[in-house]
Amino acid sequence: MSITRQLSPVAKLEQKSVVDLISKGKRLDERGLMDYRPLTITLGVVDKANGSAEVHLGKTRVIAGVKVETGTPFSDTPNEGILTVNAEFVPLASPTFEAGPPDENSIELARVVDRGIRESKAIDLSKLCIEPGKKVFMVFVDVYILDHDGNLIDAAGMAALGALVDAKMHKFDVKNGEPVFKDDIMPLPVRNYPIPITSGKINGSIVMDPCLEEEQVMTCRLTVTTDKNDCVCAMQKGGLGVLTPDEIKQIVATAISKSRDLRSKILSKVN
Amino acid sequence: MKEARLLDNNGLRVDGRRLDELRPLKLEVGILDKADGSAYIEHGRNKILAGVYGPREAQPRHIALADRAVLRCRYHMAPFSTDERKSPAPSRRELELSKVIREALEPSVMSEYFPRATIDIFIEVLQADAGTRCAGITAASLALADAGIPMRELVAACAAGKVEGKVVLDLSDIEDKKGDADLPVAFMPKSNAVGLLQMDGSLTEDEFKQALDMAVDACKKIYEMQREALRQKYLVVKDGDDEKEETVAEVKP
Repeated sequence: MSITRQLSPVAKLEQKSVVDLISKGKRLDERGLMDYRPLTITLGVVDKANGSAEVHLGKTRVIAGVKVETGTPFSDTPNEGILTVNAEFVPLASPTFEAGPPDENSIELARVVDRGIRESKAIDLSKLCIEPGKKVFMVFVDVYILDHDGNLIDAAGMAALGALVDAKMHKFDVKNGEPVFKDDIMPLPVRNYPIPITSGKINGSIVMDPCLEEEQVMTCRLTVTTDKNDCVCAMQKGGLGVLTPDEIKQIVATAISKSRDLRSKILSKVN
Repeated sequence: MKEARLLDNNGLRVDGRRLDELRPLKLEVGILDKADGSAYIEHGRNKILAGVYGPREAQPRHIALADRAVLRCRYHMAPFSTDERKSPAPSRRELELSKVIREALEPSVMSEYFPRATIDIFIEVLQADAGTRCAGITAASLALADAGIPMRELVAACAAGKVEGKVVLDLSDIEDKKGDADLPVAFMPKSNAVGLLQMDGSLTEDEFKQALDMAVDACKKIYEMQREALRQKYLVVKDGDDEKEETVAEVKP
């Protein structure tokens, strides 16, 4: 059952200073309202994974790993490989994270990242079929939150994309319904690059890429994931606040233009 | 041609609707005996029950908030509601939808009037077509009103989407599965406020704007139907009429 979240007492004290700053068009870390925090992405940080990426977004830190295994396809898509996205809010990343089964926040994050990758058809799943209806490759994307300083969805989405473009697997032949791997390696069939951009609403103002202090006072957020053709492929509003249709259209327009920079930054790391 | 078309040569959809036409809607208020508030919705082939308990004492106590009521929400699909049996255990999808539905309804509820209490919202999908989260919100908002909980406004919800390159309203099951995009929206008309917004598929910026406007317009229509459903329920009681109540608001768009 989903339940109303309690705001931390610190957040209530900080609320005023954050709101006051934003009403003057300023932010705690001296960014403009529509500025993104510095983003760095490192590919190939874990050798054992097929692909991996670590993203630093301001002080937020997320690592994503891709593992490719074999499994049985879903009955409605017998010719397609399987994509699974999971997120772990590791307890070392925040005083509010607890060990245990995933809560609604980590499920929501994983599903928003999943929708971006799936709906933009970022991976050509038809190339991951071994024997139709019997055996396909399963691509597991596991997102690990290491340090929580706000805007986990964007950091996770870009780490997941980074890990996918970094991912390699052995070329294979099919013999008797089983894959026989060769020595050559090939990249995963990635053909689109979805980038999530999240904006928050604080006291009537829209701010891009909210940090943790801002997240604790914002009334709601809107994540807009766009693909390489500037099409919107996934969206998610979160939080107890509301947005007007005009605010939503504005957020979509800024997300489309901002995503181009971030996409080229990630793609420049490949090769 | 290997796949059936979703639009015919006249631009009509598989069920004969125009691009911006809603499926038939039926709303009933106050249909459960024990719940403090309840509502039933038929939206296309969706059949969904919503029940509200509360405001009541928060149990367990530690979940209570000092300055407002806690809202709890469970969206759940019956195992027999879908083509293939759905496990009754809550799926990740249901957990996510419970969260976004709560976040869509919560801005409408004056929860500050009931500190340390809970308001529990249960949505049970008996038969799923497409757009269950939206129909669930429409019904749950009526159930909240039926429970007598002070609200700023009713919340209406409807999805828009894209099939065969055209922006369309209120996707049916096959359009949802074979279509190109789905955009569920929950909206409060008087406050011009969107409380739920999700999207999957592929839309250009212009298509998105068109779809959002279409969904918002439909929410305004559904909002009027919600008001009518409440009026039908409560005007009868006010007149002191003990005869069998006519509580069905039916609109064929």
